[in-house]
Amino acid sequence: MTAMPFTSFMPFLHVATALVLAPLLPSIITRVKAIFAGRRGAPLLQPYYDIAKLLRKSAVYGDTTTWLFRMGPTVGLAAVLTALLLVPFGGSPAVLAFRGDIIVFAYVLALARAATIVAALDTGSSFEGMGASRESAFSAIMEPALILGLVAVMRKAGGGSLSTFLHPHRVETAAATTTLVIGALFVVYLAENARIPVDDPATHLELTMVHEVMVLDHSGPDLAFIHYAAALKLWVLGALIVGLAVPQPAASPWAAYALALAGIAGVAAVTGIVESTMARLRMAAVPSLLFAGSALAGVALILGLR
Amino acid sequence: MIDQRFLVDTAAGLLVLSSLAMLATSRIATGIRLVAIQGLLLGAIAFLDGHEGVTMRSIALGGGTVLLKSALFPWLLSRAQHEARVQQEPDPFVSYPFSLAGGVTALGVAVWLSDRVTLTPDIDALVVAVGLFTTFAGLLLLVTRRIALGQVLGYIVLENGIATFGLAVAEQQPLLVELGVLLDVFVAVFVMGIAIVHINHEFDHIEVDQLSALRD
Repeated sequence: MTAMPFTSFMPFLHVATALVLAPLLPSIITRVKAIFAGRRGAPLLQPYYDIAKLLRKSAVYGDTTTWLFRMGPTVGLAAVLTALLLVPFGGSPAVLAFRGDIIVFAYVLALARAATIVAALDTGSSFEGMGASRESAFSAIMEPALILGLVAVMRKAGGGSLSTFLHPHRVETAAATTTLVIGALFVVYLAENARIPVDDPATHLELTMVHEVMVLDHSGPDLAFIHYAAALKLWVLGALIVGLAVPQPAASPWAAYALALAGIAGVAAVTGIVESTMARLRMAAVPSLLFAGSALAGVALILGLR
Repeated sequence: MIDQRFLVDTAAGLLVLSSLAMLATSRIATGIRLVAIQGLLLGAIAFLDGHEGVTMRSIALGGGTVLLKSALFPWLLSRAQHEARVQQEPDPFVSYPFSLAGGVTALGVAVWLSDRVTLTPDIDALVVAVGLFTTFAGLLLLVTRRIALGQVLGYIVLENGIATFGLAVAEQQPLLVELGVLLDVFVAVFVMGIAIVHINHEFDHIEVDQLSALRD
């Protein structure tokens, strides 16, 4: 990290902003969906109310559950917080940046998922087991899209860390690769955050739920942690897309910062539009979509290797 | 002319995506639409890839390609599809995710090959690679699809690949030869369209692998 045109507290400002503003993202998505459906929608601050309410309650644990179940939400939140530390934002590097941090990034997200899956299996409920099975299958197919996509950008832009290669002034020369990777990462974004067309966050039929069914047995502060971690995950993966897609003027760090914030809200709004205009895919068709995402990333990598 | 090269590369990249989409889709109507898009992209490459800028030759070639491949072929194929009343490929020999994986592998091989082929510096290696890849993708479609219409689509993709390759490599093919090739392809697709309609009349389906069983 040599001299870069921003003040050194910007990375920490990003983490603080994300911690405060992240619950707004699911709120933006539901608001966009409400507008499409002709409804007024819940207040934008609703996720904050929900989290505050859940934190005041006490958690209920089933007799069959063990420490694995209690650990799940905490590990999940901690893992997503770690991922947040690795993501650069608005032209400034991440709090933690080192060679090969994309591997840590991918595995930290996988750890969050694994914690949720283990907690779901620990309940012994057959529905949660089904959700866990689907989630692990989908994530296995989705992971190549994330890794291949990031490697493609890394290869084109040089630099071994998320913070060095998500600088658009370097990526500009590789428009094709960048566009393909943005497409692949958006598929990852939809899948990781359990949005339509991969999963429907609003469904309440256990047979068709993927992510939601796994958190059915959590309550109180545990559920608050899960909601908060989900919002932060939207932020983290959104920041990745924004880092590639939104031009960041080097002149003023504040302008870059504002643009990136607008970009992250924009990604959420696009998700809302996708959710409003698309039906959820059949369960058997989801792997094809995820596979197409991986194929996009593969094409980006191959074209980037030339 | 960096802008021109950029446009050609963009069109070539979109050609790759449309071929991959062809490999991943089961719907005949989507396939026909994608073939029409490929015709437009190929026309754009033919129009822009002229090494001396816009000439009568590039206009004739680009215009002919667009007219034939993105207007006439889709119309012929839609008619055949309407006559045969097929919506989608029932079940191909290779499943869609696998043919998509095959497509990505083919892209890798094509890029590798285009590096090995010794080329003069004014030939765009990306377009060569895309041409090779589109040919492979067409071949893959041709051998994995079960119904005749899907195979015709594969044939057109294959032909698009050869045309792309030709555009990149042979800068001074006589115009007459190129137009002759276009005419050949037109006749082929025309005949295949008619054949599909006739097969359908005769057998009530266009599943090719069932045609090999003899019956009296």
